[in-house]
Amino acid sequence: MHSLQVPCTKENLKEIRYFVEGALSRYNLSANDTNLMILAIDELCANLIIHSHQCNKNEFIEVKVKNENNIFIFEIHDQSHDSFNLLEYKVPDIQQIIHEKRNGSMGLILLKRIMDNIEVERKEGHNICRLYKAVPQGNH
Amino acid sequence: MELHTIIEDKFHIIQIIGDLDASSSILLDNALEKAIITNIKNILINCAELHYISSPGIGAFTSRLEECAEKNIQLVLFGLNDKIINVFRILGLDQLIVIKTSKDDAKKYINDAQLTSSLH
Repeated sequence: MHSLQVPCTKENLKEIRYFVEGALSRYNLSANDTNLMILAIDELCANLIIHSHQCNKNEFIEVKVKNENNIFIFEIHDQSHDSFNLLEYKVPDIQQIIHEKRNGSMGLILLKRIMDNIEVERKEGHNICRLYKAVPQGNH
Repeated sequence: MELHTIIEDKFHIIQIIGDLDASSSILLDNALEKAIITNIKNILINCAELHYISSPGIGAFTSRLEECAEKNIQLVLFGLNDKIINVFRILGLDQLIVIKTSKDDAKKYINDAQLTSSLH
């Protein structure tokens, strides 16, 4: 298990991406698979940092990465009180997003299309979002 | 992330270097807004050195698509690497945004489109 904790600022998204890339570099993955998993984590973390924590540098987000039987499991931990429910959120049509000139929903479309499964858990004021992605190694 | 703007003949070329994410996309958004406000008709985006893109970066383009169409502005991206194109494909945006392999292809696309338009 690899883990990284950073303050909730947009500037730390790059550090999160480097961390995930480093954790994934130990596996024999294609550049595309690696990029898509980094992107999904980046999108979720950006969403939490900006919308749940309002980029408050005194609040923190933690990212954990592990692999079990060729399934990558990413855990994002935070302590926000945001009531947004990622699992119930129905992503809009891309044409609608273009027409309304908004881009906030595209990150969640990417997240849901890239990952195989998403779980959300809240206990004792602590949020855990688990993302699962099965990627056979050496398939490129 | 760095942006460089170059004028070549009638083409306004914005070169993106680095990562286009939630912290840097505002720079591209501002550059596109400036180009559109100054009534530039042919905007090329050089993505050859764009290493990473996430949704705010993509949104800088998609939020301008309708405005460009209304103002008859051609917006063409070129030089995207496979990882970046794949992200556009996942969203279906490779069908909605003009993406070309090279700068010459991008210029040819615009020239051909304008020639066709002038004949009608």
